[in-house]
Amino acid sequence: MSVVIVGGGHGGASVAMELRRNGYSEPITIVGDEAVLPYQRPPLSKAWLKGEVDESGLTLRPLQWYVANNVTLRLGTRVQSIDRDRRCVTLADGATLQFSSLVIATGARARCLTMPGANLDGILMLRTMLDADRLKQSMRAGANIVIVGGGYVGLETAASARALGANVTVVEREARVLARVACMPLSKFFTEVHVSHAVTFELNASVVRFVGDTHVRGIELADGRILSCDAAVVGVGAIPNDELAQACGIACADGIVVDAHARTSDPHVFAIGDVTRRPLERYDRQVRLESVPNALEQAKHAAAAICGTAVPPAEVPWFWSDQYDLKLQIAGLAFDCQEIVVRGDMATRKFSLFHLKGDVVEAVEAVNAPVDFMFGKGLIARRLPIVKEKLADAAVPIRETLA
Amino acid sequence: MPKITYVSHDGVRRTIDLKEGLSVMEGAIHNSVPGIDAECGGACACATCHVLVDREWTDKVGPPSDMERNMLQFASEVGPTSRLSCQIRATKELDGLVVHTPTSQQSAF
Repeated sequence: MSVVIVGGGHGGASVAMELRRNGYSEPITIVGDEAVLPYQRPPLSKAWLKGEVDESGLTLRPLQWYVANNVTLRLGTRVQSIDRDRRCVTLADGATLQFSSLVIATGARARCLTMPGANLDGILMLRTMLDADRLKQSMRAGANIVIVGGGYVGLETAASARALGANVTVVEREARVLARVACMPLSKFFTEVHVSHAVTFELNASVVRFVGDTHVRGIELADGRILSCDAAVVGVGAIPNDELAQACGIACADGIVVDAHARTSDPHVFAIGDVTRRPLERYDRQVRLESVPNALEQAKHAAAAICGTAVPPAEVPWFWSDQYDLKLQIAGLAFDCQEIVVRGDMATRKFSLFHLKGDVVEAVEAVNAPVDFMFGKGLIARRLPIVKEKLADAAVPIRETLA
Repeated sequence: MPKITYVSHDGVRRTIDLKEGLSVMEGAIHNSVPGIDAECGGACACATCHVLVDREWTDKVGPPSDMERNMLQFASEVGPTSRLSCQIRATKELDGLVVHTPTSQQSAF
């Protein structure tokens, strides 16, 4: 009996912790391709870039924890293949590891651009601590940084770069930032915040070429303009690392397909985190969620299934983002919503947007409004109907908005 | 280094050395002290690192910020000395601090 965990990120380490918390006493091995102890990625675009935390501040557990809990770390190497019949994995160095249960937590990788010049020096991504280190070196005061992609990675990086005194332009293909992940009013709000911090936006703009000899000097847009820069940051989405699973015949569909308890199509193989496509019962659909809370929820489910302990409760998906002095917290997903109720005044930078289907909240986006977020998360889980007029009136205590 | 003692709901005491500047939440996580989940990693975004500060230490630790106080409404077993441990940083003055962890970090509604 033993568990092998493929992937040494937040999800992989969390499975090991949950297994031990559930009383699992057999050997556990984590195989990770980064050479450092499992760490938190969310601060990379925020506190880490700004130099507010060091490596020990990102590390999830110190080395002693793994030693004391009989969790073997095989870091700086990767799993080459999975043999489901023999229940073993082969590592890059040829070693094989037997498992009774396998957990795939390989995450996602940053999508690369392929236009001419995309391989020049100074074109940076943000996924790992090494990426973030390279980025940090480019973000000197007065440096010109172009960020390609106005998603969370792009906007958080923009906020950190401004804090460090760099000049920032964000280039976004869509007509608004956060187009895939936030509603129109929230996109508009964040654009205005960044503009007030002197970030320049190029919306509806596509990059056709990176300019430079060996190091990037500029970005050419489809309209022919060239934005000069000292470094470019590309944050245009992520691709699930599901190739290992595909290669051994585990069902995949833009991510490893799992059930609500993180089981793949093979009963001995689990998968968790960004690499999975998972059911969301609350919304009656399959989704791929790129977030820490999602990985932690699935880690609990995988560990409970392996140990045969009680099934953990289903959670409402949630996300957060810190930019400047703003804390954005999102609960739920706004599928097919008919109406947005604004609670609070957006001009005060403390408000929340409730997405409704009828009088039931499906999602909430809260800016500097943690109470609305926490209560909204509870409303979503319980499908409790609310009174719209009360919800829209910030003077009515949130607990009194129930129908 | 300041010493921090965590007392679990069933009375087990665990004392750790915490580097100045790190949070009481980080001290718990780095030393595998049970009873603190800290899902958001210290962003004051999830209310799963709730502790009750021992009464002898409440003055030195001080009160929560407005945002923290608001988040605490959604923690379980909240009392007058409740804090989110990600928001308490170790200082020389807090050497000897005692905090109590609740039975659950499950959020209340």
